[in-house]
Amino acid sequence: MSVVDESLVGRILDSRPPEPRYLLPILQEIQAAFRHLPREALLAVAGRLKVPAARVFSVAGFYKALSFTPKGERLLTVCQGTACHLRGAGALVESLEKRLGLRMGQTSGDGRLGLESVNCLGACALAPVVTVDGDVHGHLTPEKAQELV
Amino acid sequence: MDRLKDPIELEALIGRLAEAPSPRGRLWVCGGPGCLAAGAGRIHAAIREAAEARGLGDGYRADLTGCLGLCEKGPLVGVEPGDYVVGGVTLEDCEGLVGETLLNGRPAGRRATGADGAIDQGHPFYEPQTRLITRRFGRIVPESLDDYLKTGGYSALALALGRLSPLEVSERVERSGLRGRGGGGFPAGRKWASCRLAEGAVKYVLANGDEGDPGAFMNRSLMEGDPFSIIEGMTLGAYAVGAAVGFVYVRHEYPLSVERLNGAIGSAERAGLLGENILGSGFSFRLETVLGGGAFVCGESTALMASIEGREGQPRVKYVRSTERGLWDSPTLLQNVETWANVPPIVGRGPGWFRSMGTGDNPGTKVFSLVGQVRRSGLVEMPLGTPIRSLVFGVGGGPRPGRGFKAVQIGGPSGGCLPSEALDLPLDFDNLAKAGAIMGSGGLIVMDDLSCMVDVARYFTGFLMGESCGKCTPCREGLTSLHGILDDLCRGRGRKGDPLELGKVASMLSKTALCGLGQSAANPLLSTLRHFGEEYREHAEEGFCRSGRCQGLFWPEINHELCVGCGACLAACPAGAISGEKKAPHEIDLAACVSCGACLPACRFGAARAVRKGARPERRRDS
Repeated sequence: MSVVDESLVGRILDSRPPEPRYLLPILQEIQAAFRHLPREALLAVAGRLKVPAARVFSVAGFYKALSFTPKGERLLTVCQGTACHLRGAGALVESLEKRLGLRMGQTSGDGRLGLESVNCLGACALAPVVTVDGDVHGHLTPEKAQELV
Repeated sequence: MDRLKDPIELEALIGRLAEAPSPRGRLWVCGGPGCLAAGAGRIHAAIREAAEARGLGDGYRADLTGCLGLCEKGPLVGVEPGDYVVGGVTLEDCEGLVGETLLNGRPAGRRATGADGAIDQGHPFYEPQTRLITRRFGRIVPESLDDYLKTGGYSALALALGRLSPLEVSERVERSGLRGRGGGGFPAGRKWASCRLAEGAVKYVLANGDEGDPGAFMNRSLMEGDPFSIIEGMTLGAYAVGAAVGFVYVRHEYPLSVERLNGAIGSAERAGLLGENILGSGFSFRLETVLGGGAFVCGESTALMASIEGREGQPRVKYVRSTERGLWDSPTLLQNVETWANVPPIVGRGPGWFRSMGTGDNPGTKVFSLVGQVRRSGLVEMPLGTPIRSLVFGVGGGPRPGRGFKAVQIGGPSGGCLPSEALDLPLDFDNLAKAGAIMGSGGLIVMDDLSCMVDVARYFTGFLMGESCGKCTPCREGLTSLHGILDDLCRGRGRKGDPLELGKVASMLSKTALCGLGQSAANPLLSTLRHFGEEYREHAEEGFCRSGRCQGLFWPEINHELCVGCGACLAACPAGAISGEKKAPHEIDLAACVSCGACLPACRFGAARAVRKGARPERRRDS
């Protein structure tokens, strides 16, 4: 288990009133700060908001934006929207999974790179698209996607 | 801006701003989702830089604005005066746009304007549109309160707080016939009246901006292109039903929407248009944004409320309406952000004016995102009741070169696929429901002859299987079972009785699921089964995919009459199975072909097509 910067967790908790309704935004901030939700941080949230730890863990497990294991430092995100699907996103996924040796949703062993999917980015005219750390690359083919890596 | 103390002061300010002179020249860089992805931010910076280098003063402006619509040609830059759009702008074009277009009023060089030249309002993409919700896109800086006021914003609130009672505001919406723009088309007025009459010391108004349908970006475009219109609508709603607090729930993937809304909320508060004692009327309303956690089901009303409360976004059974007991068990008025944006013009200009657009039971307009296998993808606003054909073929220009139209998918994962026979159907809530689709939030995805309907059903079923919250068994198990059968069909492992089995499970799912997500989850499957049953039969009984989509279930074939020898299929083939001289018909060596289908979409002349698989010819090459 990684050592958690408790003062950072404390600052996140202090930034909002200790009410249960702020559970999701607090977890989102912890996720952004640590790229995952460390167990110690979740217990600290439960204590501060006075909600059962089970509820904190269940909310943490429910939302896709939250993760118990660290997400990659760099993220390759393949859009799986309908327009991208029709224009060949499936072949991009296959080609990237093969090239990286990762399945969708996984992070490389050294924690440097994560391969993810998103349901739609709204850039349908550029379909199929892949983002690298938020930068959008459109009109991709399996070959061009390999070049991104 | 100083705090406005009463409606009269606000109306005077709106008047002054409206009469203020416009800049001599203006470039509007499209800040819609598509153009931002295509690099509009860098274009904007380059234009600014070029303008600064020339020392242009306040008489000339270059700003990011809301979505200009024609995503296909992005990045777009709108030009004033002249009222036209320049497409396919590159960084190299920015200098010319400033030096020639902005300063001298001449359309920039050919490179900047692309093959279409300046695209004006008479272009087939823009001409048929009626712009109400999107009317400020390309006219204002979205986060500027002055720009919103200048274009008539907040005049409805001035009217309401100055001269109308809450009941009168509510009645205007009730009489307008406005229907919810988020999916089902429930009459907004009924909700307003029910929430207004509900007893409760605390009431809430909520906006649903959790736009989760893949292929839909109308709500995002609205939140980022005209955030004040949503805020003003919600303020009017809060005044009408007696709510003091509101929330806008925004999809996790839309951080820019949250930023724009928060910026707009801050400006409105400073001007006294939100917060305590709005315009000195004694009416107070506080508004906050909530960023979602990346769960599609949170677009469902009760799940959305659970999520705002800080819980898992699981729906509940609706024994009691949310307008009576919703958020924290208090009466709650929840509407889609587009529904809210309809409210200011309805209150300001009256229900009669609103009813002049659209049809009797479906008044007003609807914003659509038109995407998929269509020539012109983009954001489109049309009066309700417009035939599907004029959207797909008129505005969108029909399927891409060499391809034929097969279906249009409407309403996202809860919607359905409609065949060409349905093209003359008017786009409204009732007609779509009858045909087996739904309006949904307004995503229109065009599918051509290379889109396999079984694969499309598998796609949506897989999507919903991943997004099912797992609370009720029919949805959790039903979707898994449907997806398994569909996956088998697409992989050539289908069995004769599969289509029948799919129908049975789908019907069970629709009848017994707990919430709207589950009840509608089989719609993509049921609508494709109904309209494209032959494709299911071919997959199940012949292991044949006529669309050339399901790998291994077809052979590609080149029609020599149509082939012009352009070499596109040859370049796309990963197996090196295609050969041919330039400008001479090409050949496919089936012994080397892996039946992947890459050559089919590459052909712009409709020469490559999928045919039934016979016996595989013997391999002629070592591999």
